[in-house]
Amino acid sequence: MSTAAIAHTEAEQSWVQPSKGRVAMFCVILAESAIFTIFVVAYIYNIGKSLYGPTPSQVLEVPIFNSICLLSSSLTIWLAEHAIERGKVKVFGLWWALTFVLGAIFLVGTGVEWHKLIYQDGLTISTNLFGTTFYSIVGLHASHVIIGLIALLTVLLFTVTGHVRQEHAERIQVLALYWHFVDAVWIVVFTVVYIIGR
Amino acid sequence: MADSTYPLPGSLETTPKRWSQAAVLEWLNSWVITVDHKKLGILYMLYSIFFLLVGGAEAIALRIQLFHPNLHIISPEVFNRLFTMHGTTMVFLVGMTYIFGFANYLIPLMIGARDMAFPRLNALSFWLTFFGGILLYYSFIGGGGLYGAGNAPDTMWWAYAPLTERAFSPGHAPDYWALSLIVTGFGTIGASVNVIATALCMRCKGMTLMRLPLLVWLNVVTSGLALITITPLTAAQVMLLIDRYFGGHFFDTQAGGSAVVWAHFFWIFGHPEVYVLVLPAFAIANEVIPVFSRKAIFGYPAMVSASVAIAFVSLGVWAHHMFTIGMSSAGNAFFVLSTELVGIPTGIKIFNWLATMWGGKIRFATPMLFCTAFVVQFLLAGLTGIMLSVAPWNWQLHSSYFVIAHFHYVLVGAIVFCIFGGIYYWYPKVTGRMLSEKLGKWHFWLFVSGFHVTFDTMHIPGLMGMPRSIYTYEANRGWGTLNMIVSIGGIIQAIAVLIFAVNLIWSYFKGKVAGNDPWDAWTLEWAIPSPPPVYNFATDPVVTSRRPLWDIKHPEDPDWKYE
Repeated sequence: MSTAAIAHTEAEQSWVQPSKGRVAMFCVILAESAIFTIFVVAYIYNIGKSLYGPTPSQVLEVPIFNSICLLSSSLTIWLAEHAIERGKVKVFGLWWALTFVLGAIFLVGTGVEWHKLIYQDGLTISTNLFGTTFYSIVGLHASHVIIGLIALLTVLLFTVTGHVRQEHAERIQVLALYWHFVDAVWIVVFTVVYIIGR
Repeated sequence: MADSTYPLPGSLETTPKRWSQAAVLEWLNSWVITVDHKKLGILYMLYSIFFLLVGGAEAIALRIQLFHPNLHIISPEVFNRLFTMHGTTMVFLVGMTYIFGFANYLIPLMIGARDMAFPRLNALSFWLTFFGGILLYYSFIGGGGLYGAGNAPDTMWWAYAPLTERAFSPGHAPDYWALSLIVTGFGTIGASVNVIATALCMRCKGMTLMRLPLLVWLNVVTSGLALITITPLTAAQVMLLIDRYFGGHFFDTQAGGSAVVWAHFFWIFGHPEVYVLVLPAFAIANEVIPVFSRKAIFGYPAMVSASVAIAFVSLGVWAHHMFTIGMSSAGNAFFVLSTELVGIPTGIKIFNWLATMWGGKIRFATPMLFCTAFVVQFLLAGLTGIMLSVAPWNWQLHSSYFVIAHFHYVLVGAIVFCIFGGIYYWYPKVTGRMLSEKLGKWHFWLFVSGFHVTFDTMHIPGLMGMPRSIYTYEANRGWGTLNMIVSIGGIIQAIAVLIFAVNLIWSYFKGKVAGNDPWDAWTLEWAIPSPPPVYNFATDPVVTSRRPLWDIKHPEDPDWKYE
């Protein structure tokens, strides 16, 4: 590609466009938000509509520890972003690994909660309307956590093998955007399921 | 600057083709593995045209069945499957794919880019859509599951619950419907992300947002709208599958679930979807009408803001599909008013098109014929739309043939006309040869007369009380002659479309050689050879106005002086 045309106009004004990775991730987040909105609306609409038990107040326990873990992972990933921007790969790796661990704790916590609900309280997705909406919305969020964890782990492996460098900061920030979104959605799901719905 | 936008092709490859088996396989392979936006655009368009023929054939079968009272040419069950498949095909496999056909092919060329922002995502999106369509049509074979022979979905394209629940639709037909639309939905999301990222991040130097060709702008709006409207359908279909496979109760009224919620979710998708389909049609008209009126588009900023306004307002009108389901009077009033609000930005657009044509040196070549008919027909469709938006009128005519006539006026009279216009306009760019004007005129006049015979007439049986989706009707209702006229119009349209198909194939081999710029147009795609080289632009173009080619052709009176 010839650059002759650019060369003489380059001096006149700089031509800056937004990063395509960031734009694309914002688009994905927009689309995901619409999916979550529908599930949240379905959940709110169906609160108290179950014709038989168990009800949320009988079986749900507020997962405070899990939520703290997930939400603080937004802080750690932000610290990781900062580190890679300045080229501190080791620091980045540490914060990134911590983010992964916090996310994994959240996922395990959800598993423990579901195990208790299924085997102790006898609540499955087909038991009643509450079960259907509860497992759908929490499961939808958990599946996003799983996707996020796979992505985090991939980057972690690249970091351990020494393939992540400062120039990858932007890609890592795009991925972090997704993780921030997953955390933010949890605030909504948490409020709807464990506070309003309980 | 002028030189940089008029590159000479580096090397024209004119090696003679030998059609050995290996060569054919290699040629096929090049289409399967391609990540080139031009090839993917062509694939999208071929896919769309193929399913236009399939969905059209289904419509003709329905019309033959309704030709005369008490006919029994096809069985009631098959009739239900055919109108379900007709609707689903036309909306998801024709409507959603032509958008990305035009967008893929044209956006990088119009903004002076080498390719889309994410070429591999582009290929993934196309093939997801492709296999989604195959999955839908496989239901003819596999939809019966263990319960019997072939069974395509027969629950209408909106698939209202609880008809789609296990108890009422055994077998797998609704599962094929839901799964295939989830798959094509992911394809749509991928393609939409790509369109937005391309238009915002891949523009050539000088192509500011307010210099983007309107086609690009409208496709950005469309894609943004698609991101927030396709996904609610995906969510609702996931709920449906949870109900059907995991014994969930979302739409199970016997366990406290609600079938009305499905209707809401479906139309939260369904109404904005109409604008997702029609905005790219506007996009085509926005490019064709100025070029054939020999004037710059009237009211560019108004056009952009009207498109954004349509997208925004369209998100709040869905329940006008549900007046007969029953709402509070406050709900009715809200959706009546919000629906009528759509009339304002669409009206702005119609006036802008008229003002563009006003005083212009109009050339009625085939693309312009289609776009002129589009303006008239879209206006009429909008007027019946305003009638239907009035709740009491809607109570009277909901689910009648009046509604069918109204939305076919939009889908065929506006969208299909613009698709044809767009194909006649850009075919020379894609293939290097003009479509035959003679066949084009035949196509246009037959299609426009068939269209009006069918869909003007169709309003009347609706007003006389003929409900939609009925398999046959009694002779004493007085609908017989009208239905016969509607069916005859359908056959005229089918003949016109066949002429179009012949034209596509004949002109590919024998059409007049087009050259770079057969229409004397103004956007960047006409600056490069037809068909464009793989790399699009030999040197990155630099633009200084909305009509870069005008500036090059008229250096004494460039556009940027007036912007």
